[in-house]
Amino acid sequence: MARFIIRRLLWLIPTVIFVTFIVYCAVRIGWDPVASYLRANPRASDAKVQQYIEVNGLYEGFGGYVRGYFEWLWAFVQGPDHWPRSIKGSGEVYPTLRYSFFNTMRLAGTAAIIGIGVGLFFGVVAGKRPGGAVDGIVNTTAFFVGSVPPFVSAIILQLVFAVQLGWFSASGVYPAGHQGFDPWLMAKHMVLPVFVVAIQTIAGYTRYMRASLLDVSSADYLRTARAKGISERQVMRGHTFRNALIPIATVVAIDIGALIGGLIITENIFNYPGMGVFFIDAANDGDFPRLMPFLVIITVSVLIFNLLADLSYAYLDPRIRLD
Amino acid sequence: MTSLQPVHESSSFETFDELYEISEQEGLDVKTLTPSKLAWRRYWRHKGAAISTVIFIALLIMVIFAPVFARYGVNEAVFPISEGPNQFLSPRSIAWFGTDDIGRDIYSRLLYGIRTSIFIGVSAGLIAVTIGSIVGSIAGLRGGKLDDILMRVTDIFLAFPFLVLIIVVREFIGGLTFLEPVMGDKSSIRFIIFLFAIFGWMAVARLVRGQVLSLKEREFIEAARAVGASNSRIIASHLLPNSIGPILVALSLTIIAAIVGESTLAFFGFGPQPGTNSTSLGNLVLLSRSGATQGNWWLVVFPCGALVLLAICINFIGDGLRDAFDPKMDSGR
Repeated sequence: MARFIIRRLLWLIPTVIFVTFIVYCAVRIGWDPVASYLRANPRASDAKVQQYIEVNGLYEGFGGYVRGYFEWLWAFVQGPDHWPRSIKGSGEVYPTLRYSFFNTMRLAGTAAIIGIGVGLFFGVVAGKRPGGAVDGIVNTTAFFVGSVPPFVSAIILQLVFAVQLGWFSASGVYPAGHQGFDPWLMAKHMVLPVFVVAIQTIAGYTRYMRASLLDVSSADYLRTARAKGISERQVMRGHTFRNALIPIATVVAIDIGALIGGLIITENIFNYPGMGVFFIDAANDGDFPRLMPFLVIITVSVLIFNLLADLSYAYLDPRIRLD
Repeated sequence: MTSLQPVHESSSFETFDELYEISEQEGLDVKTLTPSKLAWRRYWRHKGAAISTVIFIALLIMVIFAPVFARYGVNEAVFPISEGPNQFLSPRSIAWFGTDDIGRDIYSRLLYGIRTSIFIGVSAGLIAVTIGSIVGSIAGLRGGKLDDILMRVTDIFLAFPFLVLIIVVREFIGGLTFLEPVMGDKSSIRFIIFLFAIFGWMAVARLVRGQVLSLKEREFIEAARAVGASNSRIIASHLLPNSIGPILVALSLTIIAAIVGESTLAFFGFGPQPGTNSTSLGNLVLLSRSGATQGNWWLVVFPCGALVLLAICINFIGDGLRDAFDPKMDSGR
């Protein structure tokens, strides 16, 4: 097991370099940084532009891209002090990114815990008696909820609870002009964004869990367990539920992308200063120095969670051989 | 469940013809049901799918003949601004679903918008399913390095947050100037169709590959190989026809992903530009953003409602197809 993990971790390094190189090329081609620079500084002299190209390694041609990438990578790994400054406003990227990252993590963590917990619960409730009335209601509701795009549920919640009823705030982490730390206000601002992401997650996990329970419900070891004479409750807790969780663990790790995707949409609608707003702003400005660190974080987390998915599968299911 | 031919226990029969004869003598109504007839029957027995199909067909007729059903032109104001303020009117008899920021009828625009969106979804879906089926079946049949690389790449690609990936890929492809004659302008409908086709094929390829992997060990493929059929013949006349169920389900999923995806992109300002014949649902959903904060509820309810209705219908149709082609799975609804 240890050797397997170490080998996969070592493989992660070239994969990250390869994928971030592709991301680098895509960003260079997609949002031409020199054009963005000229847009932000329309009166920059030719010498200034040339200097900007040199400093940031924005060379042309395939060789230029490779060279530029490694120059960028070297600056990137040296730490935030060496990162290029943003094109728009020429500010430091790291403080905003860090602030956005923690805002997003707070949302993502809460939404994931509520979403997965409640989803698994509903999945078990539905999957216990497949074909029953409860199953029908839960499953159909999950189907309908899962069909609603997240931005639609966000906008409807905003209209109803923030604008019409005024129960929750429609935007931000704190009301405008608020100073200092206040967990109660913060939580109040998190309710709607968390709810939007959580209902999507609940709908998804209800259906996964139900399907997984149905899958294991015909397994031989359940018949054996019942033959031993243990109660139905114990069979459910010790055998059915545990085995049904194996595929779910993998889904959790893979689903991280969907969770972040949902957050980007939700944050933008509720003006919540997280990674989603950071990304959309950077994309609109064509701001290469802001886009790259964001995309690196996304890439690395996707790759790590993919690895975790593989590992969890191997760890939870002893029949899978590691080589 | 499947309806079997009546079998009378006391009768003995050698062939099915004899069985029918015996059954008919005993006054039993004998109908032979082919697998496709059985699938058809299972499809219509799925309540959600049946209702959704009816709604979807009705909607299709309405949007195909949009000029007949619409009350105003796509860019026509309900009445000229010279006769008084016509913007942001709440629903009333002259504008059933209210009017937008420049006084256009939301109901009429919705019909045209759904038309464009269904066109985007179906075109992107068909392209994606074609490419995905071919690539997926080749990868599944030949295996080896190609298969490994393909699956690894699609795994990583599909794990990325959708919106981030699609915005990056959109800008990237838009930045490749040599592709412009094929893809069209970044904010055109054609570009959006190709963009979603590029995304959609991978999920289809993975699905078809899985299907091919389970089919390729079966006897009839072995038999085809034994009589000397080539790989392309096996794919075209054995593997793909036997994967038609999952492929149709994948088609429905790709269509809805493209429709919802287009709206989401438009919502964030990365969608197609409004213009003649290119008002899509995304352009209308975009209104709901300001509509929600200003309290103009009809700008939220109707465009978003149409999108959700479309999504639920197509999802149900996909679910019905899954049940129809795979009777082993429980319907649940």
